[in-house]
Amino acid sequence: MKRLLATLAFGLLATTGLAHADGELNIYNWGNYTSPDVIKKFEDKYNVKVTITDYDSNDTALAKVRQGGTGYDIAVPSQTFVPIWIQEGLVLETNPGQMENFKNVAPEWANPDFDPGRKYTVPWAWGTIGVVVNTAVYKGPSNSWGIIFNTPDELKGKVNVVPEMNDVMFAATKYVGGAQCTDDKEVLKKVRDTLVAAKPNWIAMEYNTIEKMGAGDFKATSDWNGSALRQRLANPEIQFFYPKEGYGLWSDNVVVLKEAKNVENAKLFQNFIMDPENAAGLSAFHRYANGITGSDKFMPEDMKTAPEVIIPADVKPLGELQHLCSPEVQDLYTKIWTELQK
Amino acid sequence: MSAAERLREHEKRDIRNRWLLSAPALLIILFAATGPLLIVLAYSFLTPGQYGDVEWKLSGEAWTSVFLERDIFDDTLSLADAHVTIFWRSVKLALMTTAATLILGFPTAYFIATRPENKRDLWLFLITIPFWTNLLIRTFAVLQIIRNEGIFNTVLIKLGIVDAPLQILFTDTAIMLGMVYVYLPLMVLPIYASMEKLDFRLLEAGYDLYATRFAVLRRIIFPLVKPGVIAGSILVFIPAIGSYVAPSVLGGGKNMMLANLIELQFGQGRNWPLGAALSIAVMVIVMIALLLYVRNAGTAETRHG
Amino acid sequence: MADRFSVRHQPGFTAIAATCFVLLYFPIVVLVVYAFNAATSTSAWGGLSLKWFVSAWNNDAVIEASIRSLQIGAVAAVLSTAVATMAALATTRTPPYPGLTFKYAAINQPLMVPEIVTGVALLIFFSRIKIFTGYTGLGYLIAAHTAFCIPFAYLPIRARLETMDLTLERAAADLYATPWKTFRRVTLPLLWPAILAGLMLAFVISLDDVVITEFVKSGGQDTLPTYMLGQIRRGITPEINAISTVFLLLSVAIVTLFFFMSRKRE
Repeated sequence: MKRLLATLAFGLLATTGLAHADGELNIYNWGNYTSPDVIKKFEDKYNVKVTITDYDSNDTALAKVRQGGTGYDIAVPSQTFVPIWIQEGLVLETNPGQMENFKNVAPEWANPDFDPGRKYTVPWAWGTIGVVVNTAVYKGPSNSWGIIFNTPDELKGKVNVVPEMNDVMFAATKYVGGAQCTDDKEVLKKVRDTLVAAKPNWIAMEYNTIEKMGAGDFKATSDWNGSALRQRLANPEIQFFYPKEGYGLWSDNVVVLKEAKNVENAKLFQNFIMDPENAAGLSAFHRYANGITGSDKFMPEDMKTAPEVIIPADVKPLGELQHLCSPEVQDLYTKIWTELQK
Repeated sequence: MSAAERLREHEKRDIRNRWLLSAPALLIILFAATGPLLIVLAYSFLTPGQYGDVEWKLSGEAWTSVFLERDIFDDTLSLADAHVTIFWRSVKLALMTTAATLILGFPTAYFIATRPENKRDLWLFLITIPFWTNLLIRTFAVLQIIRNEGIFNTVLIKLGIVDAPLQILFTDTAIMLGMVYVYLPLMVLPIYASMEKLDFRLLEAGYDLYATRFAVLRRIIFPLVKPGVIAGSILVFIPAIGSYVAPSVLGGGKNMMLANLIELQFGQGRNWPLGAALSIAVMVIVMIALLLYVRNAGTAETRHG
Repeated sequence: MADRFSVRHQPGFTAIAATCFVLLYFPIVVLVVYAFNAATSTSAWGGLSLKWFVSAWNNDAVIEASIRSLQIGAVAAVLSTAVATMAALATTRTPPYPGLTFKYAAINQPLMVPEIVTGVALLIFFSRIKIFTGYTGLGYLIAAHTAFCIPFAYLPIRARLETMDLTLERAAADLYATPWKTFRRVTLPLLWPAILAGLMLAFVISLDDVVITEFVKSGGQDTLPTYMLGQIRRGITPEINAISTVFLLLSVAIVTLFFFMSRKRE
């Protein structure tokens, strides 16, 4: 009961704090992805109260925002979805390409094909998708999507696959030797067959990889590199591998929603995160590279040399930025994905 | 006005008052519970939009997709076995959960009903507490116990019964365990309500006539508490078949039940009409179960007047 | 005395019942114990610590979600109980009249429909309204919660009304009291314990809800259960155990209160 009263009191205090802020900013972002320290810095600098709501998949975010009336100002979709958001008229043209801090954006990220001239988006983080294996259980070669699609015996029944459709389709396409986004029906048929055959060897299709790999519920999983870094720091035997068939590169980007109520604060935020020190602060939390030059000197030590963050030179050519495929191919992907869900 | 007319006036006014009194409840439920169901029915006849939501074009695709699927590459029509598998898993698990809760719950209800009267409240209290604890918390508690590093496996390994942890989590068994745990009190309470009214002198009479304990159970106790058993079974079956939390938390995303399949259509599946159609299908199953209940409960009551 | 007991005895029943009680409480006990785990894992034990309670306390998202749950619960409970009381008065202690079965079915309808179906229906319905009106506040959640709380508040009130002795009210009528006065001075006080029971039941049911809230909520409107669902999906730490423990204590407190009050009534 006392806790209840204390909670109510706290709540009242919190709301009175709100009364003094210049405004609000409502961020809709991936779970566990936003550095509380950097947010605090932003809140203090501009006297803005920031709220953060989590989502765990691009689809959820898109569906929610399309519905409208979310109350969010900012969202962080992945690059494969950015064209959809732009096309559907969900984002405001805030022209980050002309903002003060834009000069800090690394040249390779300054003019991407998913947002030429950076009219809508600011890079938040970029990374890779690969395979994470608990090498205590399996010591064989792991730099292949075969871990997922043709699981070795030691890992059978212990593999997780993160249920992000585009990532899985990319991986499977590469594994059967196809090109990204190919509409070759023969290749897609092989993709479908490979996936359906592989599924019995998987134990789950979940996002919660860090904790479950750590607890031993999973022994291998497809995963994002930053997540893999966190897992290795908790258990050195868990390692990240770049699949030799080709691995995906992704980039998450900050957009301002068309229905945003706090547009000025949202623009301030877009500019704020292009500052090298702030970008490094964000990276230190979510453990992924940002696209901002000059942030290196502010990055935490364990990230400066981590193979998960700094791609080794020999595997660099194998990486490809994932694109949104044509509507026909996306449609086929959705059909294959549904068939996979049995 | 004659007395009869006055009575009828009074009755009419009474009925009108009753309608007025119940109006707010009916309106709220119409707005936030029943009404929207009609919209779901409507949506099931529309076409899916490209990135979710719907296009306002009529289409029977959604309903055909519930039962049949078109092969992606050669366009042949076949039974939608993804859906059938999930449908069957849901019905199977719901039935098994109902059976398990009945086996566990019936003796428990009997036990509470046979405690001395002044203690019964305490026992009821003990059994209701878990019921009023949040469903998610209880499912999570089961997760913690059955996972590879959880207590159950740790004890088994320490006792030397197994060498490696038993993989219980992420299986259908895990989902069933979660559902049994969560819905058990829902079975106990109605059965107890029936048993409370049981006249134990009938049991004595049975024993006086040299019946065995089992015969007494089968011929006297069970028929008399049947309404409670049926009520409990319905109270468990309905939430079990539409269960979302248990397969979500314990199933690992691989072992979907109907609720997860429906949710998928509003997410990555991007097929709202199919989601709507599946929801209606679930409703129909539940209605059938309820009809069976009403029929059975009716006959059960008339049997012993 | 010995005879009495042997009549009621059924072999194995007590054993099963005992197992049942143990099985019901065991997971909860484990959950609470691990809330005090010093280690970060939720399955490996690392010694006693209160740190997860502290971190939950400092977790803004948790506090916000909890307050929201309580707000929605309070409003929904009061609204649904008030409305259910009226509905109960309207549907009990009367010979069947046209529309009675319909009303009874309608009031209990939320119980008959699986939550996923209601969740989906409300998602679709409310999203249309959101587009038309632009309103995105807590109203939708409160409406949804009130709706499914009504049958729960209705049950104990109806049960009490059915067993209530009409003679007291008839006596009041004989003494020329108006129906409203009879209600206020005679019926209401007699009904009050049942109304309170309905209120508490509705409150707990609202606090408890996961599925419908998950589908209906919009931006930043997490309730405690949906917040926890998100955490369980993304990354479990004993902080969830700590939050669960507090939540548990709240539920137990309410149930205990309820039981004490119903005992006093007897």
